[in-house]
Amino acid sequence: MSPNKGMIELENITKIYRMGDVEVPALRGVTLNIYQGEMVALIGASGSGKSTLMNIVGFLDKPTEGKYTIEGIDVSGLNDNKLAEMRNKKIGFVFQTYNLLARTAAIANVELPLIYGGTGQKRKRAMEALERVGLKERATHKPSELSGGEQQRVAIARALVNDPSLILADEPTGNLDSKSTVEIISIFCRLNQEGITVILVTHEPDVAAKAQRIVRLLDGKIVEDKKVEPAAGN
Amino acid sequence: MKWIESFIIAVRSLGSNKLRSSLTMLGVIIGVGSVITLMSVGRGAEKSITSTLEGMGTNLIYIASQTPGVQGLAAMGMASQSLTLSDAEAIAERVPSVVAVAPITENYAEVAAGDESVAAFIEATTPEYEYVLNFPTEYGQFITARHVASRDMVTVLGSDIAEDLFGGEDAVGKKVKINGRQFNVIGVLEAKGGQMMGISMDAIIVVPITTYQARLFPGQTVRGEDAIQQIAVQIESTEVADIVSADITELLSQRHRITEEGKEDFLIMTQEQMMGMIQQVTGLLTVLLGAIASISLLVGSIGIMNIMLVSVTERTREIGIRKAVGAKRRDILLQFLLEAAMLSLSGGVVGIIGGWAVSWLISTFSAAAGISIDAVVSWDIVILAISVSVFIGLVSGIYPAMRAARLNPIDALHYE
Repeated sequence: MSPNKGMIELENITKIYRMGDVEVPALRGVTLNIYQGEMVALIGASGSGKSTLMNIVGFLDKPTEGKYTIEGIDVSGLNDNKLAEMRNKKIGFVFQTYNLLARTAAIANVELPLIYGGTGQKRKRAMEALERVGLKERATHKPSELSGGEQQRVAIARALVNDPSLILADEPTGNLDSKSTVEIISIFCRLNQEGITVILVTHEPDVAAKAQRIVRLLDGKIVEDKKVEPAAGN
Repeated sequence: MKWIESFIIAVRSLGSNKLRSSLTMLGVIIGVGSVITLMSVGRGAEKSITSTLEGMGTNLIYIASQTPGVQGLAAMGMASQSLTLSDAEAIAERVPSVVAVAPITENYAEVAAGDESVAAFIEATTPEYEYVLNFPTEYGQFITARHVASRDMVTVLGSDIAEDLFGGEDAVGKKVKINGRQFNVIGVLEAKGGQMMGISMDAIIVVPITTYQARLFPGQTVRGEDAIQQIAVQIESTEVADIVSADITELLSQRHRITEEGKEDFLIMTQEQMMGMIQQVTGLLTVLLGAIASISLLVGSIGIMNIMLVSVTERTREIGIRKAVGAKRRDILLQFLLEAAMLSLSGGVVGIIGGWAVSWLISTFSAAAGISIDAVVSWDIVILAISVSVFIGLVSGIYPAMRAARLNPIDALHYE
């Protein structure tokens, strides 16, 4: 991929939610390119549209207007099934509330994308993903038996298991203490160094500071897009 | 997604809510169980009546009185009596292909011996009855032409009556009182088993028809002759049944001076027609019972739909997570459909076993009570019940599953 060609290209994206008769604009014309191998922090106050933007990037939501291409594919032309396949193959999600299946062992949670991806060696691949986040020995524990930081690491393993090119994390450290926050962020940094593009939504300056690029949203528009000195990362 | 994985997910989610799953299944269990039981009882009743009729011999034609113009059940019960012994004799002598003729008059009577007393079904007839209706004696003798001619006070007992009155003792030579009049027992019939319209074939007693007319229940036709209720005619084969029926109609019309067709004061029915009529009735009964039982099946399927809707709502977040990691609509649809189908199928299987058990109990107890209903659960009923239960599972699961599949992943993920 040529450096001036973005892995993700958002062109004048708008998103309007309809609440009865009232139209609530969440994004008012966002144009953003994100390049292969970047680690980008999306920041902004709540209601600024950063989560909406992330949902659109992750094919969980469709923009009202605007053009979105990922790796050269125009997303607006794809149907639900194709989008589900793209979520499965290209993207790993990490949520603030972990979103693990309760009463289901960590390893089974990690296997989940493989069930829908239709590849063999599920157990082995899930185990490798757990190993990458340092939770191999807790594979058989259920989410209720794990700490918040551990649960989030299981969620990261689940995001990793299908070898995605992009990881989307929506406030991944929002529910964690400072020690776990450091652990989780260092995992993201390591994955980024291994070549995975990472987009983090956060409102914690410490977390955003670990990214190479910070994009600030306000009222559905990008108001700041700056590079951070690489030395701050590691 | 592979079927095996969907199957495992369905089993796990059903297993995680055992009480709820089993209560939901109970609806299907009761529905399928009652369909199986009622249909097999209906079939059993039909089979029992059919086999009793066949036991009487198939080459039979019945003639009964009827009041011209009166139709249906009323015609059967309330007909003025029009047949006589000489009608029976005329048929025996003049209609070709007739093997034997037995005039019959039936009634209930009190039969007593010593302190014992039972209600019996009297068959007043002639010696021909023994082979026309296939009632051989176990021991002693059947009534003879001489008994009929001289109106002897003799009787042949059905095996149950003999057992009830005399226990295991030899009944021949004993005396019984029929409606207060004393009769000599000259024979005991072989046990037949089976029953006809609720009357056990072994709870009858046979008396000469002339004795019956003179001493027990005198009854006369409109022309003032001694009346008989029906005439059983044995013919050479079932092939000639229609010809013989026509011949008898002609002969009796002549004898009864009936000139107009459709005004006959008698009714002719072949064994085949009778069986057809009974099978129609019992068949209808079976269908009716099945339909009633289906209502409980319907209620069971509503239960499944209800619980699946609850399950979809409860697991909205789970659906959101699955969609976020790449589950397609059809994956979610399959998961919930499979869950509903399994609920209903396992309910169906338990219901079949339960229905089978109840049918067996009914057969056993009805046999012990003397009414033999051989409630057989046949494979076609089982296959029907299984397919119906899977079908209702799918039908009641499709709407909840579609709701689940259509959920918007973001809304589902943020559902509290």
